[in-house]
Amino acid sequence: MKSAFMRDFMNYKTMLLMLVPSLFFVVLFQYLPMFGLILAFKEYTYGKGILGSAWNGIENFKFFFISGDAWRVTRNTVLYNVAFIAINLVLQVSIAIMLSELKSKWFKKISQSMLFLPYFISWVVVGTIVYNLLNFEHGTINTLLRSLGFEPFNFYSDKGVWPFLLVFFSAWKAVGYGAVFYLAAIMSIDSEMFEAAETDGANVFQRIWHITIPSLKPTMIVLTLLSVGHIFRGDFGLFYNMIGNNGLLFGTTDVIDTFVYRSLVENNEIGMSAAIGFYQSILCFATILLVNGIVRRADKDSALF
Amino acid sequence: MNSATDTRVAAAGIVRKPRPKIRADQWIMNAISFVWITFVALLCILPFLLILSGSFTSERAIMMDGFKLIPTDLSLEAYRFVFRFPEQILRAYGVTVSLTVLGTVLSLFVIAMCSYVLQRPDFKWRNGFSFFFYFTTLFSGGLVPLYILVVNYLKLKDTYWVLLLLPLVNVFYILVMKSFMRSIPAAITESAKIDGAGDFTIFMRLILPLAKPALATIGLFVALGYWNDWFNSLLFISDQRLYELQYYLYKVLGNIEGLKIVAEKSGRPVPDMPGEGLKMALTIVVTGPIIFLYPFIQRYFVKGLTIGAVKG
Repeated sequence: MKSAFMRDFMNYKTMLLMLVPSLFFVVLFQYLPMFGLILAFKEYTYGKGILGSAWNGIENFKFFFISGDAWRVTRNTVLYNVAFIAINLVLQVSIAIMLSELKSKWFKKISQSMLFLPYFISWVVVGTIVYNLLNFEHGTINTLLRSLGFEPFNFYSDKGVWPFLLVFFSAWKAVGYGAVFYLAAIMSIDSEMFEAAETDGANVFQRIWHITIPSLKPTMIVLTLLSVGHIFRGDFGLFYNMIGNNGLLFGTTDVIDTFVYRSLVENNEIGMSAAIGFYQSILCFATILLVNGIVRRADKDSALF
Repeated sequence: MNSATDTRVAAAGIVRKPRPKIRADQWIMNAISFVWITFVALLCILPFLLILSGSFTSERAIMMDGFKLIPTDLSLEAYRFVFRFPEQILRAYGVTVSLTVLGTVLSLFVIAMCSYVLQRPDFKWRNGFSFFFYFTTLFSGGLVPLYILVVNYLKLKDTYWVLLLLPLVNVFYILVMKSFMRSIPAAITESAKIDGAGDFTIFMRLILPLAKPALATIGLFVALGYWNDWFNSLLFISDQRLYELQYYLYKVLGNIEGLKIVAEKSGRPVPDMPGEGLKMALTIVVTGPIIFLYPFIQRYFVKGLTIGAVKG
């Protein structure tokens, strides 16, 4: 007699087959690399492969932590992400609220199209834009400075300005994209609430403060949580295309992801880069669990899982 | 308003609605909103205009005056140069266009099929499988193991396959697609089952056509991902014939001198290569299709983003 499991299996045969392609790619490109994290504790040699290479304890982690690189890139990654999250939240919410207040349809349409445009280009193109603006000899900003009688400014040798530039371009690329979520949330607010506020004599600012912003809270929490979960992951495209291999700027602009990339591809230090990757994956996972746990306690419906 | 206008308006038969009086606070809010949104929106497109202007400026003018919003000395030399040796860029276009088309079709098919099964109420194991997919958004092995896997085990370095297959299944899109599929009435599947249709037939004949809006929007995201990909080239491609378009641009930006050498080696002397203008012109050539299609596809993106809660 067939077991219940076998009966189900036969029943679901087609559906299981339909899952196979996705499962195949997820196992191959997501799950297998997870097990590959054991590389962090091994002295990798090409010939022996991942499983065959000798274990070497925490040797791979040592240099990264002793050299101070660990602290530097972790601090940079976290601080940048905190800045990105805060600026993006304020900018996107304010733009969405303002868009919703305006009545002119064509103005909304055109401005929204303009705001959304940067989302569609690759980070490489952002790299060209930055070059066009900031280049020392003929960048637009220095051209402007010269024509106004000021000294040109060499952005590429001053590591102090880059945190601001990186935050600016991160916000620039995401503003229209993020505002869409908040705008959609505003559109779904019950209009009776606004009318009720109107009859009670609330002015625009009171209405926004007491109705619009509280109604946006769930969206803000979910989107912020998603970003906080990635607080230990640097946006490689942004950093790599704006900074590249300009060592002068690494002090303030090197994040975990760019550091791992350089260790792996340029210095070919597989053990160390795997160790840093391991450190990053664990930190990310712990953060997500922690944040979700906190939110679950405060407001069950806003939790991610 | 003077009386002349009044008569004209009356003559045209236009009846003016009395304008509701705008309150002071609303007026202030509108003014702030208008000014701030205009400012941010201009900041968003200004860089594109600068690049466009740079691409149409003669190299001499760029060298003397730098990049400007309005070209001082109009010239097509940069574009002429881009297309003087078109083999490489056409090849990169070919790689990217074929990846975008093939990748998007395959990706949508695989994702839709998976999402449909994961939300079928009669599929008892759906929660287990859903979590199996969802978990990859919480934890990841990161770059290094993936790199070793692709290069040393799968031997996919310098192949077209790695560019096509790595971005193929994005779990995030599965979650979005799943929540859309849930809005298709389960009765459709049930009645088709009673009529004796198999699960795959139901999916192909009934579900796919109904899922068109979601397919269109997610498809656009997938397509944009393929079009804008440069990272997989950076990691896995050193063969010039397999460069993706964005990566080709990246290489030229970093190595304009190298391009000069290649051009000189080809036997055709290149006295004044418009290096700076060339970077800008190439950026326009690479971004052109997106900017061109942008007005038509933008609203689908907006719709797609708000298609439903992402929550698994």
